[in-house]
Amino acid sequence: MAYVAVKGGERAITNAHAWLGEVRRGDVAIPELSVAQIREQMSLAVDRVMAEGSCYDPDLAALAIKQARGDLPEAIFLLRAYRTTLPRFGASRPIETADMAVQRRVSAAFKDIPGGQVLGPTFDYTHRLLDFKLAAEGGHEVPPAPVSEDLMPTQLATIAQVFAHEGLLEADPVTDSDKPPYDLTREPMAFPADRDQRLQALARGDEGFLLSLAYSSQRGWGSTHPLCGEIRMGEVCVGFMPDELGFEIELADLPMTECIMLSGFAGSAEQAPQYTRGYGLTFGHNERKAMSMSIVDRALRGRELGEEGQAPCQDEEFVLYHSDVVEASGFVQHLKLPHYVDFQADLQFLRRLRREFFDAQSKAQALHMKEAAE
Amino acid sequence: MTQSYKDEFVENAGAGNAARQAWLSTLAKAPASEVLRLWEDVVAPESQVLRPAETGMVMVRGRTGGAGNPFNLGEMTVTRCAVRLATGETGIGYVAGRDRAHAYVAALADAMLQSSVWRDQVRASLIEPLRKAYDARREAISRKAKATQVEFFTMVRDRKA
Repeated sequence: MAYVAVKGGERAITNAHAWLGEVRRGDVAIPELSVAQIREQMSLAVDRVMAEGSCYDPDLAALAIKQARGDLPEAIFLLRAYRTTLPRFGASRPIETADMAVQRRVSAAFKDIPGGQVLGPTFDYTHRLLDFKLAAEGGHEVPPAPVSEDLMPTQLATIAQVFAHEGLLEADPVTDSDKPPYDLTREPMAFPADRDQRLQALARGDEGFLLSLAYSSQRGWGSTHPLCGEIRMGEVCVGFMPDELGFEIELADLPMTECIMLSGFAGSAEQAPQYTRGYGLTFGHNERKAMSMSIVDRALRGRELGEEGQAPCQDEEFVLYHSDVVEASGFVQHLKLPHYVDFQADLQFLRRLRREFFDAQSKAQALHMKEAAE
Repeated sequence: MTQSYKDEFVENAGAGNAARQAWLSTLAKAPASEVLRLWEDVVAPESQVLRPAETGMVMVRGRTGGAGNPFNLGEMTVTRCAVRLATGETGIGYVAGRDRAHAYVAALADAMLQSSVWRDQVRASLIEPLRKAYDARREAISRKAKATQVEFFTMVRDRKA
């Protein structure tokens, strides 16, 4: 078989990209979107791109969304590709979400959580009816959100802190603060995976995939019996120590969403029964992702907690190998690239198989005729 | 509500660096547009760029369960720059985001804030307004959040027996 050279097509590609540019712009009679408009008005899309792109930069994420025509996995890919061009200055001090400047904090488990139930800017309790006021040309005046005479407390106790004295909830002991956590941007996925590696993979993981896994768990495929201990959203201070300074500075207050999911009791002869917990954390405001992450995190702790699970959400290789949207999208979509050689080889093989099949068939027929004649 | 500089930070910095740590944090967190607008009113002395503004990333670490062992959450873009005044003070700027002018101004401001000649001017025309704007923004958000706090009430049925 002669090798089929895959060359040429430059003109076709250039023209296709020019058309893509035109389609991206859409009807030129309609004003063009600015990156700032996307950043300000498509902010949850921006948050998702930053979370799964694993890079906090709202302007870059908004640009990626514009370039990708609103295709978020494509935008995530663009952001991931961009980050590989930048040097790494170092790692932050681990953040303290307990010190978050809270905009929203609800606990579904504990009505009287100190600091109260704070709804923040939420879609919850809306009627999900299309609001045609938003379709009005020229926009409409947004009434300012009411403000309280009082301020939020500077620190809201977490559900873990509230019940710490009773030991009802498992603690988060800091056992290894010197060991640098596993870094998937530097090391390949490896198994068995520790919790730091799993949490990084889940934080970068595809929201849809994690949502479906969490849903499957809730419906009985590896249930963790989750109860939402706490969801909080707000700005968290990121501290960093530049080498040349020798002391830490506060770099930014990044918006983040955190979820602590309470799950089935665990106890042993030595250990009194207590709630175990699953953890979710994302850049930006992304509750669906943070909640899904916390359920899947808990499901993946089976080995540590002596649970023998066979469900998909409990299988760390299945979950972690398939959670990355850039990898998944790349592998599925590479199938549309030229596979001419594979196909030609397949064809040859298939033709031979068919020839052999028909030869065998005609031989059998001949034999049958001969037997019948005799 | 005021900007919180955590005790731990201050301890790490040592007494001598606490003030510098505070202004560097203010400069790092402020929006680039605000820094550059205020900087227009500042008269800056001669200086030399030691390291031109460069954009890179810092890996942001979370804690398992919220308070446990660290894990890598994701990166953020950061831009840094280093300058030296003719009088010898070295300024270091580290700012969130990718704005090179922001990092350069932060470095120059840091150098000037270390000099008794320039300190008061930079404090008054840059650091104080930035800090006020920061506090005002945080306070506005805090008041809006507080306004969405649920006030539960219990229905008491007053049934005559």
